[in-house]
Amino acid sequence: MSLLAEMNQKALALGIPISVHLDLTYRCNERCVHCYLDHDDHGEMTTQEIRDLLVQLADAGVFFLTLSGGEVLMRRDFFIIVEEARRLLFNVKVKTNGVMIRGPEAARMRDLGVEQVQISVYSHRPEVHDAITKLPGSLQRTIKAIQFLKTQGLKVTIANVLMADNLSDNMGVMDLARELGVFYTLDPTITPKLDGDRSVLGLGISGSGLQTIFHNRALVGDVEEFCAPPPPPDEDIMEGYPCSAGHTACYISPYGDVFPCVQFPLPCGNVRQQEFVDIWHDSEQLREVRSIRAKDLSVCSGCAHVGTCTRCPGLAYMEGNMRGPSSADCEKSFQRTGIASANMKARARLGGARHLVQIQAMA
Amino acid sequence: MSDRECPSAERYIARSSAIAARLVGGEMMIMSTADSTFFTLNEVATLIWQQADGRTPLSEIVDKKICQEFEVTPDQARRDAEHFVNELSQHGILQVSEQPIISCAPPPAEAP
Repeated sequence: MSLLAEMNQKALALGIPISVHLDLTYRCNERCVHCYLDHDDHGEMTTQEIRDLLVQLADAGVFFLTLSGGEVLMRRDFFIIVEEARRLLFNVKVKTNGVMIRGPEAARMRDLGVEQVQISVYSHRPEVHDAITKLPGSLQRTIKAIQFLKTQGLKVTIANVLMADNLSDNMGVMDLARELGVFYTLDPTITPKLDGDRSVLGLGISGSGLQTIFHNRALVGDVEEFCAPPPPPDEDIMEGYPCSAGHTACYISPYGDVFPCVQFPLPCGNVRQQEFVDIWHDSEQLREVRSIRAKDLSVCSGCAHVGTCTRCPGLAYMEGNMRGPSSADCEKSFQRTGIASANMKARARLGGARHLVQIQAMA
Repeated sequence: MSDRECPSAERYIARSSAIAARLVGGEMMIMSTADSTFFTLNEVATLIWQQADGRTPLSEIVDKKICQEFEVTPDQARRDAEHFVNELSQHGILQVSEQPIISCAPPPAEAP
């Protein structure tokens, strides 16, 4: 077990939120076609509120702090926030589209000790990338930002969200990452919008597209191993937790709402009304999330994929039941192995779509 | 043994600011922001790291803290401390000098 895995185990045993994803704003200078956010400002936390929150997070034991948005650099106080976070010795990762990063911003991030910067790139072709971001010239600006950050010696990862319109470009983006000397990660998941609008899901890649990705050696390594049928689940798997959401990690919105994860819109409290640590320890919602073991999952506990599926409890919650299946992950398991999930079999028998739960602010 | 490792030379140690750190369950987690190397420190190393304010000589940290709080002989404590300091300084996590060091990162918060 790696040192990092050991510390995660320790944090889990001690109930410490070792990772927090904090969105500083939902405002953005791009209008990506698949984005789940509403880009208006409904009352973001002030600089002082965020300073206070950072102190609370440090006191609670948070080590990994991801600052994201929206576009983080839309906040004029972005570097004040990063400076405070680094003063408190967080490991800071920044997610950005890079459009506002030039030499001085890259140098400032280096000076402040940002550990990693993740930048969204949809295609190596400007006509495809810019059509997704709806910002002309955005790919060129993003690539320049990556070069500025690399010049400063910062660790950069290109995040490649895959949709039907850019699926065929993933190898081009991978080559671009190699040329720029940065890491590459892909994400084939599209999530519903915060207002419950599911139309964006139609932008996602098809089952056959997923199958192509999962059988691409350049992306997954050993295809035979990656796509192998799942082994029978043992007791450890059935007693295990679905993921780190609410256990060692959580998400905080620009308005102070606390959720188990950015992809799990179950409101658990608001840091404008309560101390973070009280929400973390006492929220009924977080306690419920923590109580769920694989054996408690209504459909998935009887599924062949239960031990190897990437089932997201947040996506399951958005389908109506946090103990239920996440259809998007069922599809991934199926396309990876060729074995239908228990949920797919049940849906084939019963049919019918479920309503999504929308994100709600705390009362 | 080089001059750098000579236990008779007074040495001052200071926490680098190019790190992320948090005390979790008595163990210090540290990650270098320069190369993402991850470390965990045991209780003795954690105490040395917490005392590394750039002003207190290493010998004083060993004599007044380590030998007082742990069952260890002064010689063994000095040898272990020298080894620890050399290793962390190689990764840029501790600054070491024969003069007091002015800039020093604050100690991290301790998780409840």
